[in-house]
Formats: sequence, C-alpha cells, structure tokens
Amino acid sequence: MIYLDHNATTPLDPRVLEAMLPYLREAWGNPSSPYRFGQQARAAVERARSRVAECLGCRADEVLFTGSGTEADNLALRGVLRARRARGRHVVTSAIEHPAVLRTCAALEADGCRIDYVPVGRDGVVDLATVEGMLGPDTVLLSVMHANNETGVLQPITELAALARSRGVLLHVDAVQTAGKLPGRLADLGADLVSLSAHKLHGPKGVGALYVRKGTPLDPLITGGEHERGLRAGTENVAGIVGLAEALALACAAAESEAIRQAELRDRLERDLLAAIPGARVNGAAAPRVPNTTNLAFPGVDGESVVVALDLRGICCSTGSACSTGDPEPSHVLLAMGLDPRDAQSSVRLSLGRETRDEDIATVLHALVEVVGQLRAVSSL
Amino acid sequence: MAMGPQRTPDTGQQGPGDDPLPEQMEDLPGPVLYYNELVLDHFTRPRNVGELPPAETDGFGVVGDPTCGDQLKLWISVRGGRIARIRFKSFGCPGAIATSSMLTELAQGRSLDEARRITDDDVIEALGGIPERKRHCSLLGVRGLHAALSDWEARRASEGTRTDR
Ligand SMILES: Cc1ncc(COP(=O)(O)O)c(C=O)c1O
Repeated sequence: MIYLDHNATTPLDPRVLEAMLPYLREAWGNPSSPYRFGQQARAAVERARSRVAECLGCRADEVLFTGSGTEADNLALRGVLRARRARGRHVVTSAIEHPAVLRTCAALEADGCRIDYVPVGRDGVVDLATVEGMLGPDTVLLSVMHANNETGVLQPITELAALARSRGVLLHVDAVQTAGKLPGRLADLGADLVSLSAHKLHGPKGVGALYVRKGTPLDPLITGGEHERGLRAGTENVAGIVGLAEALALACAAAESEAIRQAELRDRLERDLLAAIPGARVNGAAAPRVPNTTNLAFPGVDGESVVVALDLRGICCSTGSACSTGDPEPSHVLLAMGLDPRDAQSSVRLSLGRETRDEDIATVLHALVEVVGQLRAVSSL
Repeated sequence: MAMGPQRTPDTGQQGPGDDPLPEQMEDLPGPVLYYNELVLDHFTRPRNVGELPPAETDGFGVVGDPTCGDQLKLWISVRGGRIARIRFKSFGCPGAIATSSMLTELAQGRSLDEARRITDDDVIEALGGIPERKRHCSLLGVRGLHAALSDWEARRASEGTRTDR
C-alpha cells in the first residue's frame, strides 16, 4: 500500500508507541491521586506539557490538552465567546475552514452570535483588507487556519495577528495541518490560541492540544474536576498526551529536512502529472503551501472515481477532507476559490508524509495517468 | 448486507502481521462509502461504454445538470421493437458508472416496453446493492434510458409511420 493521505491521518511512529506503552501497562495511575503511584502519571503529563511548550515556543502553563483537534477548535471558539460575552458576539472566520471551525461557527450563529466569513481569492488565500473591513467594535475573535487541509495553502497568519492585535481582537489559528510540518515555532505566529492534533503528526488519535496565550479569556466547555486548570475537566489521557508530546518533538526535530524532502517529491509529482495528463491543474499552486500537500483537478473525471480506482491499485488518497468523503457536494474550499463545480468535483488530494519514498511518487504518477485515461474514455464530458 | 468472513472462536492473540481487515467490507454507517465486488467490477470494466454513430442512433438521451454534478449520455438503436444496441458515457462517481453499466446490460435486447419498466431498484438489485447514499446515482441511468426512449418515440413520430424498425 502507498499511503498518500497524511492530511487525513498518519501512522503512529513506533517510537511514539514505545513512549506511550509504559502508561498503558505499568504506570496506569490517576494523575490526580495523592500517592506516589499517581504522581508518576502526573509527572508524565507535566513533562509532556513542557515538551509541547518547548516545541511551540511557549510556557508550559499555556498548553491545554484536549480530546482532539476538533475539541481544541471548539474550546477556542466557544470558550472565548463565552468568556467575552459581555464585550461582543461577533466572530470573523474564513470560508475555507475545516468543519471543526465552520460547523462550530454555525452553532454559535444559532445561539445568537454574528459570524462573518472572509472569502478567499483564486489562490486560496484570505484577503487582509477584507478581514480588516469585517472587524468591528463588537468583534471578539478572528479564527483563520494556518494551512488548509484540502489544498495545503498557507494563510498570512503573522499579518492577521498584527491586525487582530491592533484592533483588540483575539486570534485563533487552527494549525492542525502545519504542526510538526513546518520549521519554526507556532507560538511565534503571534496568535492567542492555536489548535493542534496528535494523529496528524504520527501520534495517536483522540488527543489534541490548544495553546492559550497567558491572559487570554477562556471559559471551559467540559466541566467537572480541576483538570487542565479547570478548563477541560476529565481524567487525563496520560498515554495519549505522552504520545502527542513524543510525536510533536520528533516531528519538530525532523521538520526542516522533511519539509525540503517532501516539497521536492510533491513538486516533482505535480510537474510530471501536469506534463502527462492534458488539462490537469494544481489547485492553489499560486500561493505558498505546506510542503506535503497537492490538490489536483483532472477535468472530465470524477474525484471519487479516481480515489476508488487508485484504492483498487493499493494507493490511498482522498477527494478532500476525510469528513466530506461520500458527500455529493463538491468541496466548499475549492468552490470558495472560484473553481467551477465540475472542476471541484474532478479534484483529488494527495498528501505525502515521512514514510513517502521516491519510488512511491513514480508508482503514483504511473497509476494516475492510467486511471485518468481510463475514466476519460468513459466520460461524457 | 455483506458481512465479513466468519471468525473462528477466539484463537488467541492477533499478531501484528495479521490483516485486521475483513475480506469484504461492510457498507458501514457513516460518511465513508464501500462498494461491493460486483459494483467495483462494473466500475473498472464498464459494459457497453462508448457512443453509437449518428447513422445507427435511433434514440439519444442526456441527463444531469449541464454545469455541475454527474452526467450521463445514452445511445440506443432499435430493431424489431427491441433495443438492439445500447451505449453510454458517464461523468460521475463509481456508483454512477457502475449503475449505468448494469442498466445497459439489463436493457440490451429488451422490448421497448420492458426497457421502460426497468427501475432503479432493478439496477441496484442486479448489482447486489449499493451504498445507501449512492442510491440516487442509479436514477441517472434509468432517466437516461427514458430520455433515449422518448427521443426514439419523438423521432418516429416526426418521421411518420416508418415501420421498418
Ligand atoms: C484543519 C483541521 N482542523 C481540525 C481537524 C480535526 O482534528 P481531529 O481529527 O483531531 O479532531 C482536522 C483533521 O481532520 C483538520 O485537518
């Protein structure tokens, strides 16, 4: 199997599994217990928090562990809006966010909040001037993702952070698709809240983290015990948290060399595909992108048909976010970029990872050329 | 619903090398779709793909929105009141391609009345089922066939009463 769907999830790194096992086998105590056996687990959680903080470039008490990237997004959005209710109920976000943000915004809207969605240009990037025009006196939060999960297009976060700060608006960044993939420290982006998820960086599923800059107003969504400074109740997923820290440390250590290596493979794949398949296009090619992602339109063929045909050849890829597979509607991200609906329906995402090798790229190129050719022979367009 | 292979009563631990996937995927609830072997066969080797040349076309149908979504084109030639040849081309998902392919197999050689009575359920049954959320795909084929049959009737009406076909 050739796995080119790392934006959906990644294989657990064996070193991460090794780091986790002691907390599933021997050190299974409750981190909140008063005896030394519990303290072992507590120490592991706090050590993990420090390691995550080091990778992000922040203080340990600015890291909250959550049950997923989705939960981190929910906590950031709902938590800030609750804490800032008195100040205003307006949120600005982008049209291309992951459903973890978009559907949460829709729920907030149903609760009486006002949401504005910044459009993106053809290149998939939000326009700063448009964002600026949307920020008002009652705006409490701006939420824009770091890299889009479908196209890999990077957003101008540093500029958005400066803008938000100058207007007294908090900035949340969903960095689920960049954490561990880009050199540099996420806290340096200047955002107030940053979400990440372990399973996108060779860690376990079901654990995420939210960076919360010191002093950021935040109310809990899950109440109960005093876990995570009262901001996320529930006995800690000790092994998962240890796994997240180990995975993030490994990813950050390899980020610089992997970014170069994967970008080289991705760029070669794109170049060869464009040369071999007439009419093929790269969606978002004009913008800076995260190095592992390519989103390609093959006009005349349906994206799901390409995905299923590749699956039958042992290659895993997707039509967009895993959550929208099987959805008859074309990608909201590609439509927001102004693709016509048929081109959006004809698009496929390939996302590389640490275990992607040179020879995989040649195999995938060959398979895609064949599959698109066969489907075009059937196509009525 | 197709179930995975029967497991013998717990024979102990599953080693890391063992394939944890059942041989045949179920159509599990949730957002992801799995197609059965016959559907995949019609998707990868669709029957009756292509076009009929104008001279051999007695009826033609095209269904689907002109600008978005799935599209199907279907050609028939009619001899002695039966569908002698049928060809299709389709832009769409595996479900759309497979159901169109199966529809052409069901329609080939049928009388025009019989062909009109083929339903989407017939197509789905012949394929051994398709994922619930793909049921609408099979309608495209049936509608395409109806469009071609109506085209044939319209052509015949405009030609008067040519009876040689
Ligand atoms: C951009 C983005 N945000 C959030 C998520 C959700 O993360 P998780 O799967 O940990 O809930 C994903 C993953 O699908 C993502 O790509």
